[in-house]
Amino acid sequence: MSAWRAGWRKVAEKARPRLRRPPLLVLPAAGWFLWFLLAPLAIIFVYSFASKGVYGGVVMKFSLSNYVRSADLIYLHIFWNSIKLATLTAASCLLIGYPMAYVMATASARMRAFLLVMVVVPFWTNFVVRAYAVKVLLGEQGPVNALLASFGLISEPVVFANTAFAVWLGMVTNYLPFMVLPLYVSLEKFDFSLLEAARDLGASPVKVLFKVLVPLTKPGIVTGLVFTFTPALGEFVIPDLLGGAKTMLVGNLITEQFLKTRDWPFGSALSLLLILTVTGSLVLYLRMEARRQKAEEGA
Amino acid sequence: MLEIKSVSKSFGKADVLRDISLTIKEGEFFSLLGPSGCGKTTLLRLLGGFDRPGTGEIHHNGVRIDTLPANQRRFNMVFQRYALFPHLSVRDNVAFGLRMKKVASREIASRVDEMLSLVQMAALASRSVTTLSGGQQQRVALARALVNRPEVLLLDEPLSALDLKLRQQMQVELLALQRRLKHTFIFVTHDQEEALTLSDRIAVMNDGVIDQVGTPQEIYEYPRTPFVARFIGSVNAIDGEIKDCRPDVIIVGGPTKRMMTVRPSRDGFRPLPVIPQGTPIRILVRPEKFKILKSAPGPEQNALDGTIREILYQGPVTQFFVQLRDQILIIAQPNTAVTARKGFSGGDKVFVAWAPEDCLLMGRDGPLPVLESPPVDPALSDAQLQLPLGIMEDVRMAGGVAQGG
Ligand SMILES: Nc1ncnc2c1ncn2[C@@H]1O[C@H](COP(=O)(O)OP(=O)(O)OP(=O)(O)O)[C@@H](O)[C@H]1O
Ligand SMILES: [Mg+2]
Repeated sequence: MSAWRAGWRKVAEKARPRLRRPPLLVLPAAGWFLWFLLAPLAIIFVYSFASKGVYGGVVMKFSLSNYVRSADLIYLHIFWNSIKLATLTAASCLLIGYPMAYVMATASARMRAFLLVMVVVPFWTNFVVRAYAVKVLLGEQGPVNALLASFGLISEPVVFANTAFAVWLGMVTNYLPFMVLPLYVSLEKFDFSLLEAARDLGASPVKVLFKVLVPLTKPGIVTGLVFTFTPALGEFVIPDLLGGAKTMLVGNLITEQFLKTRDWPFGSALSLLLILTVTGSLVLYLRMEARRQKAEEGA
Repeated sequence: MLEIKSVSKSFGKADVLRDISLTIKEGEFFSLLGPSGCGKTTLLRLLGGFDRPGTGEIHHNGVRIDTLPANQRRFNMVFQRYALFPHLSVRDNVAFGLRMKKVASREIASRVDEMLSLVQMAALASRSVTTLSGGQQQRVALARALVNRPEVLLLDEPLSALDLKLRQQMQVELLALQRRLKHTFIFVTHDQEEALTLSDRIAVMNDGVIDQVGTPQEIYEYPRTPFVARFIGSVNAIDGEIKDCRPDVIIVGGPTKRMMTVRPSRDGFRPLPVIPQGTPIRILVRPEKFKILKSAPGPEQNALDGTIREILYQGPVTQFFVQLRDQILIIAQPNTAVTARKGFSGGDKVFVAWAPEDCLLMGRDGPLPVLESPPVDPALSDAQLQLPLGIMEDVRMAGGVAQGG
């Protein structure tokens, strides 16, 4: 919850003038930041250079072996699987979520409130329950099969369980709100007369989309992508439940190090690498964006 | 030539436009004038292609266009709130239309530069549009539309967001631009003075219908309906009853024992209608057509007597509020040395006089049913066309139009 709320705020803040904050009010935020972010990060940073004791546990002896080990082809392959899944999820959420957010932003005030609630309702249930719900939906006696059969499209029930499609559907179902909400915030502020202006100047509908609508809602798009890609990268429960644990993902791998093999140092190194990958690409993107903007203003 | 043929438009149950027919000539500066909510924007949006008419057709040079989408018409629109693209620079905003039409980039550069210098925005070409002032944004919006060399330029109250000084300056620039480029301009405004100053012809709209179309002079001097008379400038209404109706004079019984006479206008453009005796009518007189006198005028003038209630000095004119038996007349007198010396003050008994030629005859609550449209003298509109810009400015500054209702 708090993740998308924070992001929502981030988008909204762009338009808000900076307020002077009294230092005392900063304390809770600073405390939260220290306790939940910096402290764990520091711990896994230190652990990642230690090594595993004979019976589990952490032996504080500096070595780079965990990092060397994670460069193994097996682990790189697992990383790659995760990145693929996260990319597919984020991209699908964008393609499905953008039209949804557009409809929401252009709907009447009452309809808008209703649709917003509909997007948020899934958060009222546990996310494992949601994953199971998708499983039931796609089951051999489930409504999807019933529907397909009633149209006469299939004679035998389709087995969706443990397929890539089921994983995809589960991921999209779960992460779609994280995409829709920031997009909605962006689109709600959008001045739709700009679309008419573009049409007036001879732009085809496709051009209107890519030359006006998309550039001007980019903050929402980027936030949505970050909010879906980042958690999807570490996701493993949905692929396990719906995909039958056929492919190993970074999430599984890390959990295994901490809970099964009890190799905390290697788990820490993997976690840190995951965090670095995500922040690294974000920083890179922001840099590029800043440079592009500067170039535009200077031109 | 742009022809609007019996166009109607409703939103749900609300009939916003009702059977609108208009013909707009090539190269004309045509204004749509009317109060807020009368359907001006709706009509402009039909022309721009953002909405479809409910019934009726729109033809441009003989081709039906109301079925074409906006991006396939050679019309461009200057939006009420400009609708500039905030993510693009001034230059890129102006170049947008040409890029969409895949014009060669060298030609784009030269046309954009030319247009930017025309609207005096060349120095700010690479600025982001979000950093511009209202007047600057307005010029960019104008340049963005004009650079496409539209056959018809649609302007939706483009000057309404500007302060008075800038608005007057932009009016002059707009007019100069239109005279130079000779595009057809369709200009929406609810500012009557602006419409009078700029337009070759004006259509006065009232609640979804067009009350009158004509040159500024025709509209001001010969309003066809009380609404038009009241909307363009202000008028006084004096109720009466037809006593005698002859080709050269109509005698009207009014609020006092003194009969009122109505004669054809001095230019002969407005012959007298034929109205049966006893018909209740209303005479409209503009405040500046009245003269305020200390003694009764001769019989060749109409006159009513009353008491001065209020004197408002307004710079070029002084406004007098004169109380008659059961109504108040508003009189505007130019502040010449002569009138100043007369020295009226509140409470004075005075006579309000006006010429029989300055009466506008209307029904009690609508136009006269028998009044035919005033003949249009082509020489009149041509003279208007050829007024040099400086004079237009002077005319406006002189404040020939009385304000208020
Ligand atoms: N999309 C719409 N849906 C419903 N009603 C509309 C719509 N557009 C306009 N109207 C109604 O049509 C009427 C005319 O609107 P329009 O915008 O054409 O007025 P206008 O003459 O441009 O007024 P203004 O001078 O205030 O801009 C108004 O009563 C308005 O509420
Ligand atoms: Mg309007």
